[in-house]
Amino acid sequence: MALDSIQKQLLEQVADLHEVPSGAYNIRANGESAGRNTTANIDIVTKTDKPGIDIIIKPGTKKESVHIPVLLSESGLKETVYNDFYIGDDADVTIVAGCGIHNDGDEASEHSGIHTFYVGKNAKLKYVEKHYGDGDGNGQRLMNPTTVVNVDEGGYVEMETVQIKGVDSTYRTTTAVLKDKATLIIGEKIMTHGSQSATTDFSVDMDGIDCAAHVVSRSVAKDKSHQLFISNINGNNRCNGHTECDAIVMDDATVSAVPKVNANHVEASLIHEAAIGKIAGEQLIKLMTLGLTEAEAEEQIVNGFLR
Amino acid sequence: MLELKNVCFSAENDEGVKDIIKDVSLTIDEGFVAFTGPNGGGKSTLAKLIAGIYIPTSGQILFNGQDITNMSITDRAKLGVTYAFQQPVRFKGITVRDLVTMASGKELSVAEVCKYLSEVGLCARDYVGREVNASLSGGELKRIEIAMAMARGTELTVFDEPEAGIDLWSFSNLIAVFEKMHEKINGSILIISHQERILNIADRIIVIADGKIREDGKKEDILPSLLDTSAAACSVLTEKL
Repeated sequence: MALDSIQKQLLEQVADLHEVPSGAYNIRANGESAGRNTTANIDIVTKTDKPGIDIIIKPGTKKESVHIPVLLSESGLKETVYNDFYIGDDADVTIVAGCGIHNDGDEASEHSGIHTFYVGKNAKLKYVEKHYGDGDGNGQRLMNPTTVVNVDEGGYVEMETVQIKGVDSTYRTTTAVLKDKATLIIGEKIMTHGSQSATTDFSVDMDGIDCAAHVVSRSVAKDKSHQLFISNINGNNRCNGHTECDAIVMDDATVSAVPKVNANHVEASLIHEAAIGKIAGEQLIKLMTLGLTEAEAEEQIVNGFLR
Repeated sequence: MLELKNVCFSAENDEGVKDIIKDVSLTIDEGFVAFTGPNGGGKSTLAKLIAGIYIPTSGQILFNGQDITNMSITDRAKLGVTYAFQQPVRFKGITVRDLVTMASGKELSVAEVCKYLSEVGLCARDYVGREVNASLSGGELKRIEIAMAMARGTELTVFDEPEAGIDLWSFSNLIAVFEKMHEKINGSILIISHQERILNIADRIIVIADGKIREDGKKEDILPSLLDTSAAACSVLTEKL
């Protein structure tokens, strides 16, 4: 199936791709498969019991990547997709997922991706997920991703999630279970505008000895949008946990942060930080003394913050 | 080039309205002018009035004959006024390269950014991609602030206590930076400082105290008396101890 120009634009936004990628990929467009490629080490299999795919990466696979973009350009389409990722022991791979919704119609378009990762012993995964929406219709663009991460002994997972533009409502749930010496690093970037709302809910069980988790959210809320950040870190063993919410509020926007850390073990070391506020006046003044207008200064500060 | 005419500035605090700058008039054309004087005397306030961060309660500020009294910070910057902060600002996510590029007002190559950083004694390779955030020390931030002022290269540059927060070892390098600036100056440098070695580079020294100009003259005339005063101040301090 060939992609049309709108779908190509969505693809560029969510995956930085102009055409179909090299390596393993699966492109889903308007609920159907629009292309797939597997490699000697990476297999992609369509689920038979529900919508979605299994991505199976052989143990020891090094420096390979998988792209699994989802594109919705038909107004009123609602789908829930289950994707399971099996990352073999000692593998070192990058997975790029993303969802772009273009809605010119009046009906809501909705994509809920439920991604479950099984990261093998000493495996290393970088997972990048971008969400983007556009279109001129009144129909809402909704995304409710759920991510479940299981990291086996010595595994290392770095998650980068970005939602910068055009998604009207999102409820993002991320849960993780870490075994011995496993590491999870999550960096989330969100910008909301108009009357959008975004909720992110993280829950991490640090079960293994010497496991570590860093959950960092940076966000900007503009206009009348609302954001809620929830994090729940459970230190169930000797471990290091850190959760941070750093937000800029502008206009009439509102942001709430509810970080919670639970030390269920005497050697669990947990930190939570939350800083919410408007752009510091001195930052604006500094950039204005360089010749930028107030609006240009604001833009530079926001772009830098979400970089 | 820069002219202040009967400039007054008052600000409100808990105790009511306080006059901070009291009828200051001065003209600056020379290359390198230093403001000095006791803390709280009004030096930084004057600098901020020149940069447009504060607007005078009364009086007039002229730049090359143009009245800039009520002009915005941005417009003054575009006209050719640069203000290097006493306490540089940190930015999450914005890099040293971004700031130097913004300061220059045009796209700069990495090599050009590095040239400015090297001039202020920063090993460019280590800094060009660094975020200007809390991971940088006060001294590093000050040097980046000076590099930005150099990248702007405007007709008037105001440095607010560039030596503050810089360690002794780096201080000699800083002096060298300002000596070099003095040599190839194209406009005016106005520098607020308490340091004898910086005052020593100045062509002219203006002593600001209690919101007024207490002394104003050539370095040769002003500096010796200042050094005497500081000796007196020291003895007062010693007696107290």
